[in-house]
Amino acid sequence: MKRLKKHPVLDFERGKKISFKYNGKKIKAYKGETIAAALHAAGVKKLKHSSRLNRPRGLFCAIGNCSSCLMEVNGIPNVKTCVTKVKKGMTVKEQEGNGDL
Amino acid sequence: MMIYADVLVIGGGPAGLSSAITTAEKGAEVVLVERDDTLGGQLVKQTHMFFGSKNEFAGSRGINIAENLRKKVNENDNIKVFLNSTAQGYYDDGIVGISHHERFKKIKAKKVIVATGASEKMLPFPNNDLPGVYGAGAVQTLMNVYGIVPGENVLMIGAGNIGLIVSYQLLQAGVNLVGIVEADSEIGGYLVHASKIRRAGVPIYTEHTIQEAKGKSNVEKAVICELNDNWEEIPGTEKELEVDTICLAVGLKPISDILIQADCEMAYAPQLGGDVAVRDENLQTTIEEIYVAGDSAGIEEATAAMLEGELAGLSALMDLGISKKISKKQRRKTKENLASLRRGPVGRKIREGLKITKEGNDAGKNRYTHIR
Repeated sequence: MKRLKKHPVLDFERGKKISFKYNGKKIKAYKGETIAAALHAAGVKKLKHSSRLNRPRGLFCAIGNCSSCLMEVNGIPNVKTCVTKVKKGMTVKEQEGNGDL
Repeated sequence: MMIYADVLVIGGGPAGLSSAITTAEKGAEVVLVERDDTLGGQLVKQTHMFFGSKNEFAGSRGINIAENLRKKVNENDNIKVFLNSTAQGYYDDGIVGISHHERFKKIKAKKVIVATGASEKMLPFPNNDLPGVYGAGAVQTLMNVYGIVPGENVLMIGAGNIGLIVSYQLLQAGVNLVGIVEADSEIGGYLVHASKIRRAGVPIYTEHTIQEAKGKSNVEKAVICELNDNWEEIPGTEKELEVDTICLAVGLKPISDILIQADCEMAYAPQLGGDVAVRDENLQTTIEEIYVAGDSAGIEEATAAMLEGELAGLSALMDLGISKKISKKQRRKTKENLASLRRGPVGRKIREGLKITKEGNDAGKNRYTHIR
């Protein structure tokens, strides 16, 4: 997927370029983006799988309502990646199981 | 730690911001709680111009309205804003617990205005959980907040105002919009929006539905088909469309969790999107201290949300005995503005729904008895 450069109504003021790790891979992002948005821009749409039937799941509401984007972030499970801002050096992983506290 | 206030506003969208500004401007001590890290709610992604007959927001874009409200809130010393904060519950002693940066805080306010907004409705069809099936709001967030293209070939489901507006925004962003599917025989949204889309050559399939999504780990195809007069699928009319994104604009439902938990009487009003709190014409619920405003009171547009926010704020002020006379006068005006917004055939559904919210009904009332 691509990031828009020009838009008839909006100017996108993007933050500093940073990078983070997703399943071991390096992903580029801009400061201010959410984890899910940055992953989407990098072409990653599958964020988790359903616990019973192992079906792929991705972003759905993007405002923290639906829990379809839960991932493991810096070792913490069930993080809503659609409302969590990406940080430099972050480790993001697809979660195995329901997670434990 | 206990935080005291005259008014607690839960939700920093158009309704909540209006409530906070209205009450703080008259001298009330206000606490505003918002779960996101910015104020403005869904206005922050509305790039289109609002229209309305004689309200003050006509001709402005949602993003600019949000900016304007945010400025007013930040400039007012009577408003204490808690961002990244979610209201967790309303307790019998009138205390609301919030989580703020993973810490628990207690707020004791004389009046609580609930303006928690809405969530998107789902549509049942096989593979509707595949990545690439997005709510219309998510598409707007990706595209209008972050400037990220949601997909290459998009199918829109729903030709109400949200479906049409987001469709137009997709075209503005240069995305290939394959078509719009609408189950009804008529387009639900304003024809001004629909004709913009038609002019761009995008087909609007009325009396159609999505039968299924196809794909392995992403949406790869969508199958649509015609519906008969009874909204049943007509065999043999299936069409397969090559899309990687299916955008659902099939309605919103009020977020009422805290109202239900607080034990406000609820009513089922499908015209307003689902279960909503029973309240009087001043937006006071069956719990004296709690008022509702905006989409959490029933799905409408942002202009109505702002007016409701004002109305709930003025009612809270009057009940608190703050600027009673001026508030009363202003409240009459706000009610007139709301009524004029809901006039005519466009507002008929809303008016029917509002009638239910005054009278209540068993469907809403009995649904939550088990949690008491």
